[in-house]
Amino acid sequence: MTDPAILYTSYVLAHAPDFVRYGSKPTREIEADPSLLEQVAGSLRSWEDVLAYPPNQVFIGNLTPDDLAATERPWYEHLVADAKSEGPFGRIVTQAALYGLMKLSDDFDLLMISEALADQARTELTGFEHRRDRITGLPPEELQHFIDQHDGLELFHEGELVGFIRTVHDKDASLDAHVLFENLACKATAVLAASEVFKHSPIDPEDVDYIFNTGEEAVGDRYQRGAGSLSKAIGEVVGCLNATGSDIKAFCAAPVHALVTAAALVKAGLYKYVVVLGGGSQAKMGMKFRAHLRNGVPIMEDCLASMAFIVGPDNGDAMRVRLDLTGKHPIGAGSSAQAIYQALVVDPLERVGLQMTDVDRYAVEMHNPEITEPGDSGDVPRTNYRTLAAMAVLRGEIERDDMDEFVAKRGMPGFSPTQGHIPAGVPYLGHAHAAMRRGELKRVMILAKGSLFLGRMTQLVDGVSFVVEPSAELIE
Amino acid sequence: MDLREKTVVAIGEREGVTGPSLKLLAESAGAKVVFSVTQCFV
Repeated sequence: MTDPAILYTSYVLAHAPDFVRYGSKPTREIEADPSLLEQVAGSLRSWEDVLAYPPNQVFIGNLTPDDLAATERPWYEHLVADAKSEGPFGRIVTQAALYGLMKLSDDFDLLMISEALADQARTELTGFEHRRDRITGLPPEELQHFIDQHDGLELFHEGELVGFIRTVHDKDASLDAHVLFENLACKATAVLAASEVFKHSPIDPEDVDYIFNTGEEAVGDRYQRGAGSLSKAIGEVVGCLNATGSDIKAFCAAPVHALVTAAALVKAGLYKYVVVLGGGSQAKMGMKFRAHLRNGVPIMEDCLASMAFIVGPDNGDAMRVRLDLTGKHPIGAGSSAQAIYQALVVDPLERVGLQMTDVDRYAVEMHNPEITEPGDSGDVPRTNYRTLAAMAVLRGEIERDDMDEFVAKRGMPGFSPTQGHIPAGVPYLGHAHAAMRRGELKRVMILAKGSLFLGRMTQLVDGVSFVVEPSAELIE
Repeated sequence: MDLREKTVVAIGEREGVTGPSLKLLAESAGAKVVFSVTQCFV
């Protein structure tokens, strides 16, 4: 039987300060108080500050989580000197490049941008070869005519009106311009992550059999809101001509569900290469902007994040997925933190005779605390690691006095943008792979939780986990 | 705090104590929980 492994990873950030105003929270708040728009604009970060922001450099692999742990806070005041937009795991792109990606991802002429922005987009979207001829713009008067003729959403760049996305059907809320804007942003950022993962691997896009999209957008029309798929739409752009695909919906836990499923498909021999990816969540941009304004900190939910993974047969230089060591949060397990971690961490480890201290590193919800703390949501990764450490104490694996050491050694600081499905364990996979190649790690557990209750159909939470270990050749 | 015969609205948080857990806790202390929900603030 084939051992399934995560072979390649990619992570991408798209700086999108003019998209913050259209996050779900800012949209509602600015509508109620238009004067907020100016305050938002005054608290957004520059490209240079976003590029040099230490957590962002960790996200694309130029710094490690350990480097971040050693960096003084606030991180937005301790910027990285000579920060690069490209890293070993991916890249950070400008807003103009993002507009270009959205334009080339638009199959229905939904989005129109200015000629000047299209020129800038082509210049700044380097190292991306798909559909570049589709990055076109309109002269000012034609763009204004398009805006005058349609219902939709005005789009901005550096505060100037530079584009428009149209509503497709005025009686279909699922095809409203704002919804389409979210969906197109998600598709475009996932396209870039997919392009990056192929750039960093010898696998040809045409060798991919199946794609799981795990983004949080709802694609569909009024008769099947959210029932649609972005997986093939993304694969089409980057040339996965032999792949089909579907979307796995599980809130933040979707990427982990998808990676476990992908590994199982490879193990079963049904497919050789499966891509798991997820685009950015436009709705979550600026979600905590009020708290950031109140505390006088920059609005740091200013980037869309995306990622992609190639799962396939172990090639000797990969992270093997231990399918005998996956965890799930069953319906009857209860929703307390202890019940969740019992199901996700302890139960699978006990099944194969391992202890919590046999896992070198845990990747939990990797939300950047600098984003969440001003809103009194605390340091989410630290809370999760403290819970894990407490369980290790209860199980008699460590002493109570060793909890801080457990957290420091087996945990890490959060470095992911608060983009829903993106922070849930999987941002660490790139670093885990690099550390395994350096011979520093033997076993890593990836954990994710999903907020099922948000849809008001159940009070349940969800959770899922898996363990990766280095290929045997890396250990030798 | 004596919760007996008190009416409680339980708002939990995913990364902290969830709504159902708060509900159980308050009910065990004699309160009447009229609404419980879990929020996700991240």
